[in-house]
Amino acid sequence: MFLLKGEWYDLRDLGNTVGGLLDDLRDIGAPDWTIYVTSSLIGAVGILLWTVLSCLAFIWIERRVVALMQNRKGPNRVGPAGLLQPVADALKLLLKEAVTPRSADRVIFWAGPVLIFIPALVVFAVIPFAPKMTLADLNVGVLFLIAIAGINTPAVFLAGWASNNKYSMLGAMRTIAMLISYEIVQVLALLGPVLFVSSMRMGDVVAWQDHFNTWIFFIQPVGLLAFIIAGAVETNRSPMDISEAESEIVAGYHTEYGGIKFGFFYQAEYLAGFAIAASIVTLYMGGYTLWGLEDYVPAWLIFLGKLYTVFFVYIWTRGTLPRLRIDQLMAFAWKFLLPLMLINALVVGAEVLIWRENDIDATPALLAIGAVNLVFGAILVAGWARFLGHGTGKQRGQRAILTQEVGAVHFTPEPAP
Amino acid sequence: MDDAGTIIAFYVLAGMTIGSALGVVVVRNLIHAVIALIGTFAGLAGLFVTLSADFIAITQILIYIGAISILFLFAIVLTPQSGRNNQETFLRFPALALSGLVLAVLVYVAVDTKWNVTEQDGFAETAGTIGELLLDKYVLPFEIASVLLLVAVLGSIVLVRPEPAEED
Repeated sequence: MFLLKGEWYDLRDLGNTVGGLLDDLRDIGAPDWTIYVTSSLIGAVGILLWTVLSCLAFIWIERRVVALMQNRKGPNRVGPAGLLQPVADALKLLLKEAVTPRSADRVIFWAGPVLIFIPALVVFAVIPFAPKMTLADLNVGVLFLIAIAGINTPAVFLAGWASNNKYSMLGAMRTIAMLISYEIVQVLALLGPVLFVSSMRMGDVVAWQDHFNTWIFFIQPVGLLAFIIAGAVETNRSPMDISEAESEIVAGYHTEYGGIKFGFFYQAEYLAGFAIAASIVTLYMGGYTLWGLEDYVPAWLIFLGKLYTVFFVYIWTRGTLPRLRIDQLMAFAWKFLLPLMLINALVVGAEVLIWRENDIDATPALLAIGAVNLVFGAILVAGWARFLGHGTGKQRGQRAILTQEVGAVHFTPEPAP
Repeated sequence: MDDAGTIIAFYVLAGMTIGSALGVVVVRNLIHAVIALIGTFAGLAGLFVTLSADFIAITQILIYIGAISILFLFAIVLTPQSGRNNQETFLRFPALALSGLVLAVLVYVAVDTKWNVTEQDGFAETAGTIGELLLDKYVLPFEIASVLLLVAVLGSIVLVRPEPAEED
């Protein structure tokens, strides 16, 4: 590769460019804080630009792909093949009047979109896009992901409450019930990678997978499955999109939002999707490494390729799977995924302990752990599903109680006549 | 904790924490009070960061902003007469006097105590240390806390469980 010598114009690693700029700043004697400010500004602006561009691209891709899956045409009028549709949409959202309902709580109504958008953007700070392209490689990075995503929960509630609309409130309550339940599953699923790597730094997770030449995906298949499902809940994508189920509660917590305020919700949803895909890629799929290919292809391109692939899986499920009911969703989290993840964490802990204590070579140990986890996970999933039963027949002749208030239906046996 | 940035951050965060804590008490609307409480939690998390306690800061955000505030919001929404908000009460002046006394005691203790100043340079990783301490030296308190949580979970299940159908 004649052009790529680790210089500032090296496309493989855009971090070199920033590094060169910062070195120049240091050379002309700029104080330390300007270097910090410059690097964080470059990182923040870069992430913002990338997310906006990706959002615009994926609005078109998602609508077209879902249309293809559902035997429709999708947007095809604005520009060639409808390519300018997202631009037209964005312009429309920007120019539309942002109506505030008279009975809404003005301040919180205004703060809702902002409070949802900021955490969705901040998550990307800990994502390693390439070897030198992490805005802040915190040593509690994995926890940071979950914590920042958790800020969404009160923000969604406030948006729904401030609208002063029954549908908004129902949507908000549903979202909170889902987010809180699946956050626990998510945390327990992430215990797997963290236990193996024994560090919560995102860079270390990627380095570990690179060093052992494997993906955590292969040794934690059940954990990845649970994480993907929890991620679908967090990004409000079907089959988990009951918080904005059009056929039931109009648009959920953003029923009353229009114009650019709605645009914020829309984009925050995409950002959350990208963030989940990015965490899956980093924690389970080797991040920016691809078995040596990263020496020839820009590492950030590999990362983005993997990210878009994972995100495509979410579009795929959205286009094909029907929506779940909220009681099914909650039962799935608490009765199925949570026990599964608890056992998974125990198994991973035992495996890591045996591996460390007995000084087993990495390759046979990882092979054995992968095989054991795959077989064990398959048995566990199948057995637990059989034990719980898949039918809904047992719920007949039952009566709904209290939780109707939050749009959930909780069944109790019908009293004997 | 000597450079200008940390000191500025400390005063901004302290102002935010105290200001929103005041808001919790003063504001009439209960939901607004919870928002102010979230502001307090966020300020505290920031203060932990200035003390190089990264793990505790993140946990503060995760547990308090992500979960405890939701608990408050649910409690308010599910309370039948929460729409009455914070009303005038004859206990206002006794409460003011009592909290003034508490404040006076706290300020006196803070000023009077001889604080141990430790020299710590740089940013030490705390997550691993906390984990080791919790599962090694302080394993008994840790387990007792888990049992307490378990009891709370069991209690809530017993409370909401519907009455079993009468056998004929």
